[in-house]
Amino acid sequence: MSTQHPIEKQEFTITVYTENQIGLLNRIAIIFSRRKINIESLNTSPSEIEGIHRFTILIHETEEVVRKVASQIEKQVEVLKVYYNTNEDVIWQEMALYKVPTDVIAEKALVERLLRENGARAVVIRKDYTVFETTGHREETENLINVLQPYGLIEFVRSARIAIIKGSEGFHRKLQEFEKREPGHDVVENEYLNKGDKVFTM
Amino acid sequence: MNLMLTKEKQAPELLDKVKTISGAEALLIALLEEEVDTIFGYPGGAIMPIYDALYDYRDRLNHILVRHEQGGIHAGQGYARSSGKAGVVFATSGPGATNLVTGLADALIDSTPLVCITGQVFAHLLGTDAFQETDIVNITTPVTKWNYQVTDASEIPDAVAKAFHIARSGRPGPVLIDIAKNAQIQKFDFKGYTSCKHIRSYRPKPIVRQEYIQQAAELINNAKKPFVLWGQGVMLGSAEQEFKTFIEKAGIPAAWTIMGAGALPSDHPLNVGMLGMHGNYGPNVLTNECDVLIAIGMRFDDRVTGRLDKYAKQAQVIHLDIDPSEISKNVKATVPVWGDCKETLPMLTELIEATAHTEWLEKFRRYEQEEIKEVIQDELFPATGEITMGEVIQQLNELTKGEAIVVSDVGQHQMVACRYAKLNHTRSNITSGGLGTMGFALPAAIGAKFGALDRTVVAVIGDGGFQMTLQELGTIMQSGVDVKILILNNQFLGMVRQWQELFQDKRYSFVDITSPDFVTVASGYGIAGKSISEREGLKEALQEMLSHKGSFLLEVMVTKENNVFPMVPQGSSVSEIRLK
Ligand SMILES: Cc1ncc(C[n+]2csc(CCOP(=O)(O)OP(=O)(O)O)c2C)c(N)n1
Repeated sequence: MSTQHPIEKQEFTITVYTENQIGLLNRIAIIFSRRKINIESLNTSPSEIEGIHRFTILIHETEEVVRKVASQIEKQVEVLKVYYNTNEDVIWQEMALYKVPTDVIAEKALVERLLRENGARAVVIRKDYTVFETTGHREETENLINVLQPYGLIEFVRSARIAIIKGSEGFHRKLQEFEKREPGHDVVENEYLNKGDKVFTM
Repeated sequence: MNLMLTKEKQAPELLDKVKTISGAEALLIALLEEEVDTIFGYPGGAIMPIYDALYDYRDRLNHILVRHEQGGIHAGQGYARSSGKAGVVFATSGPGATNLVTGLADALIDSTPLVCITGQVFAHLLGTDAFQETDIVNITTPVTKWNYQVTDASEIPDAVAKAFHIARSGRPGPVLIDIAKNAQIQKFDFKGYTSCKHIRSYRPKPIVRQEYIQQAAELINNAKKPFVLWGQGVMLGSAEQEFKTFIEKAGIPAAWTIMGAGALPSDHPLNVGMLGMHGNYGPNVLTNECDVLIAIGMRFDDRVTGRLDKYAKQAQVIHLDIDPSEISKNVKATVPVWGDCKETLPMLTELIEATAHTEWLEKFRRYEQEEIKEVIQDELFPATGEITMGEVIQQLNELTKGEAIVVSDVGQHQMVACRYAKLNHTRSNITSGGLGTMGFALPAAIGAKFGALDRTVVAVIGDGGFQMTLQELGTIMQSGVDVKILILNNQFLGMVRQWQELFQDKRYSFVDITSPDFVTVASGYGIAGKSISEREGLKEALQEMLSHKGSFLLEVMVTKENNVFPMVPQGSSVSEIRLK
């Protein structure tokens, strides 16, 4: 977890493990919108466990606010667990697609070099246009826009962030605990509160 | 409440053979299985199959026809608050369903268990702007603990089971099930009803951490000036006895939020009064003097804390709550005690030393003396002048002896009722706390009476708020329910007028409200009534209201421009509370 001062806003990746339930996206989204927090990106996908969904939400906020938001998300009936992490705690990627006129690329060797340098891979090559793909951090995908803009970038799109939590051992063990009707006392659920040493302070 | 959840229940006659029944009938069977006896509702096109099935269940399910769905849901809330059971409300789609929204918001913020059933258009019409179609699931998402749309009859038993489990367990709240008309009509193989006791993604009760209990006990044992604040959580957890044992052993003065009023009798020696904006003098001032603040089942609403950055900064805070998201939300907890206070309080009681904090308690009593001298004496026992709201409540106390359920609406009369009503029993103060919904009291009182038939229910209402839901007099008339309606008429939207007087140079902007002759209105509904404006007749009139067989409306004309004091002005610290 971040050692930065909690008053400072920074990027947080919120990972939410959920049941697959219609309407849950709205339930989660309004927790941000009621506080007027902008969701920078949001991704839903399967998780390491069949039938369990994983939301990856990126926001720019103070840790204090993120903590409160996370506990309000976790409170939703169909939400299993919420984690929030700073950028140091996660491995993340975003994917971007770029559509450019094929003739420009064919004519200009420079463009081809730039694409290669930026790790772009051609997904589709047609007579009229070519679609490239890159994967990386925001700065990397952004970089290529600037590079391609002068050569007639026709379309651009970037995916939401997806992220793996460095310190996570996956959700399998936790799920087993959740499935027990009477969770045992060894189950430590309130790990938010584990930060202080003797008397808890946040 | 929790007992009901652990009971393993399945209708035995349904186990041996699968029955083919309609979704509507399955709903009613499910309600019976959940021990529902009363439903507040209003029919309409999209819920007609359910009402048709209800026709055959009239002997087992007491359906109260309200006059407006908002009245229905507030009645459901009143029922839940007085009985401790979940309130059940029926409404049709579209306007019927949207009329529930205020009540849902009220029930969510005040943690009231409700199961609302709305009819919905046929599933194949969803999304087509069909007649009376509204997207009620999305509309109510922010104001429900959980909601769900049923489009196939076979989903009904499990959805209802889940709904009751979620509404009642953990921190209770309202849930809504929206049932498409085709699912109500559709026949399916009903295999019997199984109540829900576990949802894997839902943990209503956080696990109690012994180390925090120990830390809390240590803080309490070393405290010189400990102070307990309690809220409705004590009642929701049915932990009144555990709470009393705890404060008595620790000898700690305890003050209540309006939602917590009554969990400890008003005259208990450790009960030092009400917290918050119009709370008592001592509890507010001494919040900023105590060394350990123990908050139990309360959520530090801004009406309780006043200015947060000047709130109990000197104190170590122990917060007991079942909802982890409440801990350190507004006031940072030094020691968080997650869990059901029915479990955590006895654990804490065991570890604390038996003491008395006589001098510290005395300090509260000294502030109380000052408040009596400066405020209470004149409010409760005025010798001359017009009737005050406080003296009405005082006279009522003398007659009910604290045995009645007091339901209050929103405004000055609410603060006066909550401050001064004598309460001997738990679940006896029913008011709209978190949302402050005018129009709550009349329908909530109806529901409260159905939830506690053996008790006297007095609804204390302002002349403004009464006019928001007075159509429910029709519900009283038709159901014959016995509710005592006490209107404190100051001919103003009093609480707003008070703010305009104190903070806006008496610029009385649209707070002068004209009322009909309430007694005549009541008589139009066949309800007996009386209006008085003289002190001499007050007690007799109250006695007449209380001893009247059936409902009675008593209007008391009170002094027009009285203010409720003490008051913590908005944006001020609790210790800056004003006595005038
Ligand atoms: C539905 C709703 N609308 C507006 C308000 C704002 N409000 C709070 S108190 C109040 C005045 C209430 O007047 P009345 O019912 O006559 O009671 P009094 O304060 O005079 O005792 C108003 C308008 C509210 N709480 N609820």
